[in-house]
Amino acid sequence: MSKIVKYVIADLLRSRAIMVYALVLLVLSISVFSIEDNADKGVVSLLNIILFVVPLVSIIFSTVYLYNSAEFIELLVSQPLKRRTIWMSIFTGLAGAVALAFLIGVGVPILLYAFTPSGIILLLSGMMLSLIFVSIAMWAAVRIRDKAKGIGLSILLWLYFALLFDALVLFILFQFSDYPIENGMVAVAMLNPIDISRILILLQVDISAMMGYTGAIFRNFFGTGWGMTITVLVLMAWTAVPVWFSLRFFKQKDL
Amino acid sequence: MGHAATIQVSATHRITSIKRALEIAVDGDTIQVYAGTYREGNIVIRKRVALIGVGNPVIDGEKQYEPISIFVPHVTVSGFTIKASGQSSVRDIAAVKLYETHHVTVADNVLDDNFFGIYLQGSKQCTIRNNRLTAYGKTEQVTGNGIHGWKSDSLVISGNTVVGHRDGIYLEFVTHTDVRDNQVLNNRRYGLHFMFSHENGYYDNAFTGNGSGVAVMYTKHVRMERNVFSENWGDAAYGLLLKEITDSHIEHNVFVRNTTGILMEGSNRVQIQHNQFEGNGWALKIQTSCMDNVLTQNNFVHNTFDVATNGSLMLNKFERNYWDKYEGYDLDKDREGDVPYRPVSLYSMVVEKYPMAMLLFRSFMVTLLDRTERVMPSLIPEDLKDDYPLMRPVVMAYAE
Repeated sequence: MSKIVKYVIADLLRSRAIMVYALVLLVLSISVFSIEDNADKGVVSLLNIILFVVPLVSIIFSTVYLYNSAEFIELLVSQPLKRRTIWMSIFTGLAGAVALAFLIGVGVPILLYAFTPSGIILLLSGMMLSLIFVSIAMWAAVRIRDKAKGIGLSILLWLYFALLFDALVLFILFQFSDYPIENGMVAVAMLNPIDISRILILLQVDISAMMGYTGAIFRNFFGTGWGMTITVLVLMAWTAVPVWFSLRFFKQKDL
Repeated sequence: MGHAATIQVSATHRITSIKRALEIAVDGDTIQVYAGTYREGNIVIRKRVALIGVGNPVIDGEKQYEPISIFVPHVTVSGFTIKASGQSSVRDIAAVKLYETHHVTVADNVLDDNFFGIYLQGSKQCTIRNNRLTAYGKTEQVTGNGIHGWKSDSLVISGNTVVGHRDGIYLEFVTHTDVRDNQVLNNRRYGLHFMFSHENGYYDNAFTGNGSGVAVMYTKHVRMERNVFSENWGDAAYGLLLKEITDSHIEHNVFVRNTTGILMEGSNRVQIQHNQFEGNGWALKIQTSCMDNVLTQNNFVHNTFDVATNGSLMLNKFERNYWDKYEGYDLDKDREGDVPYRPVSLYSMVVEKYPMAMLLFRSFMVTLLDRTERVMPSLIPEDLKDDYPLMRPVVMAYAE
């Protein structure tokens, strides 16, 4: 397994796309932090970039890579290797490479400029998002044989998580504002890993506003050990479930 | 009147009780009370004496009595620890209570675990100075106010520390009073609460972490200067709640890390100048019931929302403030932005109406909506804008 992981990572690093991604993140983060005098403000500016760019790059890059290595995967399958080992190694390699790029691109500036609770949470949730969207890409790529369609699906998925979901939530909010939907809304937010990450950071940087009415609800949930445990578990589930589904499909797939 | 005598009280002196000393004292005497614990029930002062504690004597109300009641003018009480007053839901029992008097000084005392702290009823020209008041009540019902003024005039309340009471400082029908240099922390309800208390001034106080911040109501001609309002957190907590305050000045204050910096309701002709609003959820909520208020030379820095309102009518003036969210430019280099700044964001209006919408704050969707609205205002109040936003923060006179 470790051999395949090593090969995948080496292959990815050679492709340079991942290097460019890391470099762009690095330049962006450093410039944001040097413009903003306050670390928290820097985190806020970076927040939007990260919530937007990281899922997009993770999902598209992984999908494209999976389609491009279709022949390599076929070759591996012909070897006396378990399909489970092959698929999980590819996931580990991809997730490792994307997360490493993020860690270099955003982690280093955060360590230098914003080593605060909000900065650390931003870093951790960015890492989680990288893993989650690689995992979702694995699922999309294994389900659809056609490359163009597969990439189309992953773009759609990204669009859904980054934009459409929020529009939907806003719609529900307005429609049902007369009902006690508070706890339900926290549950709904759990359906989108991007929203979970955003709320976690909001609780750090907009603490004063979050202490208000809705804040009480958020804090009752996210502020407690239980809520935090559930949140972390949900984020982990978001990583594990798509890759598990993809693995199930890959095992039976007629390549 | 004869020569003023000094009467000494302690376990080892001839006179061992404060009550006995008060019996033999005449107007103008000084009673020195030495260290020890005095459990004498209700000590009633009906002579013009100075009651001075030496070596921090303790007067214990045993959770039943009102330790000190003052009925005459020209009395001084200082240097005591007064603790454990009685509690009542019928009478307002206080550690030190002043009844219809004047020229009384209560200074340098420690008041610990009392119901009300210092209660001034219909009193004039009294001084409450450098006392330290602490209460431990768990709810508003079992805690009284720290310094409570009722129908009083020309008081000086300075240098006190009030912790854990219901309202830190409460004034009702109190006029011409100076409240200065007090530290009011972690009280159950309001740090400072006044109603119908005209012509008062509040200077250099700190109000921190109180249940609902500071609430001031139905009052004219108030001056609030150089105060710090901080960390008043909660749904109904305000750094400063102004309800029907008119013709007043709020200047050189600092509002930092409150859920709402200032909430204004039905307030008119208030001058809000040279204040620093930093890291608040909402720096300023101004209802449409307010008019002719002037906000100028304030700094709005790092607030989640700068200004929120509840309608489209706006009859107040915003001018020459510094807003850190301003994105305009200054081509003529006069240090004022060339395009107006609209401090109300669309989303702050949305959140005002649907508080749950805070869930989506800072999402890409919401940022997009806000941007569009700023370019083409349709929902946010047309007239709520700063036509001359400053390009640089106002330099405040004080050092933080």
